[in-house]
Amino acid sequence: MALTRVLAHVSVPGAKPGQQHRSEDQGEALNLDERARVRRFEEVFVVHLDAAYDYAHWLTRDERNAEDVVQEACLRAFKFLDSFHGERGRAWLLAIVRNTYYTWLKRNKAEALSVSFDEETMLANGCELADLESTGTSVDQVLHQQDARRLINGALDQLPEEFREVIVLRELEDMSYKEIAAIAKIPLGTVMSRLARARKLLLQHLQRAQQES
Amino acid sequence: MNCTDSRSRLHAYLDQELDLPGVLAIDEHLASCEACKTIFVQHFALQSGIRKHAVYYTAPDTLKERIRGMIGRSVTATPANGVKPRWQQPRFQRFQLGAAVAATALLSWIAAIQYNTAPEAELLAEQVIASHARSMLTTRLADVSTSDEHTVKPWLSSKLDFSPPVTDLTRAGFPLVGGRLDYLDNRPVAALVYGHSQHVINLFVWPDRGSGRSLPMQSMSKHGYNVLHWINGGMAFWAISDLNATEMKTFAEAYAGAK
Repeated sequence: MALTRVLAHVSVPGAKPGQQHRSEDQGEALNLDERARVRRFEEVFVVHLDAAYDYAHWLTRDERNAEDVVQEACLRAFKFLDSFHGERGRAWLLAIVRNTYYTWLKRNKAEALSVSFDEETMLANGCELADLESTGTSVDQVLHQQDARRLINGALDQLPEEFREVIVLRELEDMSYKEIAAIAKIPLGTVMSRLARARKLLLQHLQRAQQES
Repeated sequence: MNCTDSRSRLHAYLDQELDLPGVLAIDEHLASCEACKTIFVQHFALQSGIRKHAVYYTAPDTLKERIRGMIGRSVTATPANGVKPRWQQPRFQRFQLGAAVAATALLSWIAAIQYNTAPEAELLAEQVIASHARSMLTTRLADVSTSDEHTVKPWLSSKLDFSPPVTDLTRAGFPLVGGRLDYLDNRPVAALVYGHSQHVINLFVWPDRGSGRSLPMQSMSKHGYNVLHWINGGMAFWAISDLNATEMKTFAEAYAGAK
């Protein structure tokens, strides 16, 4: 997927333009001993490889591409290790995974599915809270069915990417609103509205599945 | 609270991003509003359904090995451009002995106290971390914002069924910022807020469940936070912040020594 070529453009949280050069000038002060860096990388990031892979898999929806994205994200994380100042390593790595993914996506636009999405349309089509109330269909029943696993994963799969990713970060990676905002580079308010719409869409999808069965 | 308010906070409630008064206000509303309750229940079912059934893709071992290999190679491939190794630099040598001694002391301290971390304490630590993180998110870090221990202590005592020890530690470099009520271990607890440069320390205090036991200081490091826990004089103490382990230890010792 020619990821390596792409990576020069990937931005990394906390690494401001020019910072990299400065750290080279002050190499003695800023660069840790290389072996210590590897050790630190193990402690801070390698422990979160599963999280990185899970997130990448939900973004790319493909094993091979998820592996490529994670591998390159790790190299970036290692390169910018010195600009990591003890925030949650997991959130930091996930942010890099996301950047890597979007850079990769831009380069592979032709092959990739369109991910453009109009939130306004979404708003217009989205059901109001009252809709859920009035349908009266309980998702409880859906979730207790034998194929709950298939239904849930199917519902997640059909979510537009912006919504799928906040749900994955929140429910599978246990990220706080603040962390999701930092990873997805969106304001806190948008985190909340996306989560709300994502859940609304999921509930609608599951209710439809319920009615069809 | 009306239905509009309660529904606008549905997701924050679900995601444990509300402070304690916010949670209690919602609980109160749900107890008397069937319509809102239906919506909340739907969302709860959805959330637990996702957490239970959504596939969590774990990284293949081959990928882990490949990444380790690549990182290792990148190190051997980039020798330190003619710069002397750090241990040959004079500045490093001056600090070497002191640093080594300090590191050994810290390591043995951590090793000594990490032995007895029960699963119960692990769970509580998660709660403590969540409370701390939540307190940092909201604007309501303290219910009483004052460095005056003689204001904070009576205020907390009047709201709780115990009286937590409160000491201003400005002289030790940890000024008291204020006090707050929180909810941990299934009971209301006192949260004392201390500052240290730009960092915030939450110290949670409540009466210990065990009878008359005491526990030396234990340290945990989770999600980028350092947590210290000890039991003394019938009180359980949990200190948490993003300060490093040494600073946390200094804080805890200053607090414990001040009484």
